[in-house]
Amino acid sequence: MAYNESEGLPTQVKILVAGGFGVGKTTFVGAASEIEPLSTEELITSESVGIDDLGGVEGKTTTTVALDFGRITIEQHGIVLYLFGTPGQRRFWFLWDELAAGALGAVVLADTRRLEDCFEAVDFFENRGLRFLVAVNEFDGSFHYSPDEVRAALELHPHVPIVLCDARDRASAIAALRSLILHLLSTAPPAPV
Amino acid sequence: MTSGDEVRPEDDEVWLDDDAGRLVRPYTVTAGRTHPTVELDMLTLMVSVRLSPALDVEYTRALELCRTPTSVAEVAAHLRLPTAVTKVLLSDLVERGVMAVQEARIAADPTDRALLEALLDGLQRV
Repeated sequence: MAYNESEGLPTQVKILVAGGFGVGKTTFVGAASEIEPLSTEELITSESVGIDDLGGVEGKTTTTVALDFGRITIEQHGIVLYLFGTPGQRRFWFLWDELAAGALGAVVLADTRRLEDCFEAVDFFENRGLRFLVAVNEFDGSFHYSPDEVRAALELHPHVPIVLCDARDRASAIAALRSLILHLLSTAPPAPV
Repeated sequence: MTSGDEVRPEDDEVWLDDDAGRLVRPYTVTAGRTHPTVELDMLTLMVSVRLSPALDVEYTRALELCRTPTSVAEVAAHLRLPTAVTKVLLSDLVERGVMAVQEARIAADPTDRALLEALLDGLQRV
């Protein structure tokens, strides 16, 4: 049964994957995606121009930030889920503004060796009221903290779920996405009878 | 232009140094235009109306990619161009009548239970 039977149009949904550099965002998006992970290099200038405005890029200091992109087609419900991953640091927030508009929620990937790298992504989603969970990417040799220790370190609200995942593993990445959907469901109002 | 900087002739020289390499090409692709004329989201699905071989290589590749409906983000990734540049390029093609926006529904309500349940069910089967 299609989620949206009446129109027969594909339904597109967007979930964001954030975290610091090298935390495994590209790996996570690639593992979950049904297509080869794709990425673009978005322009950043000293004067943040935003994603829809190239005005002012000439002659300004310009650099780029990677935007990873993947998709999961849920054919039986006519839904295509898009995953977008990019670094969560404050200087990239101009990119996040467009990404977050129309997103259902977000996965913040954390590396317990460098938990502070995901502070800014957590801040961003809290500020925008976008619901998220923290997925602790278990690298070989990383210190293993309990979810409570991670929660305390990140000063997360009690309702923000923390899950463990292996970003290299498709089943594990998909499980993290399912946990996010369950989190959204747990706070969604009951369906009208 | 949003900045109050004066445009001085010597700026051209700065423009062409090695560091500007990544900048010059996208800016050239869009023939200096900086705004898309059609409103496009990263998820907007684009579909070719007809192939038009007389166009520049990036335009032709975009048309080929969109023979089946393809999102703006995916076109950008395949063309290896920033999203902002890709949007200008795609909106040019729409204006030329060789590309169209494919209707789709972007679901963005995180409290839509039917949507969430469909997603959960779908992800369980992946």
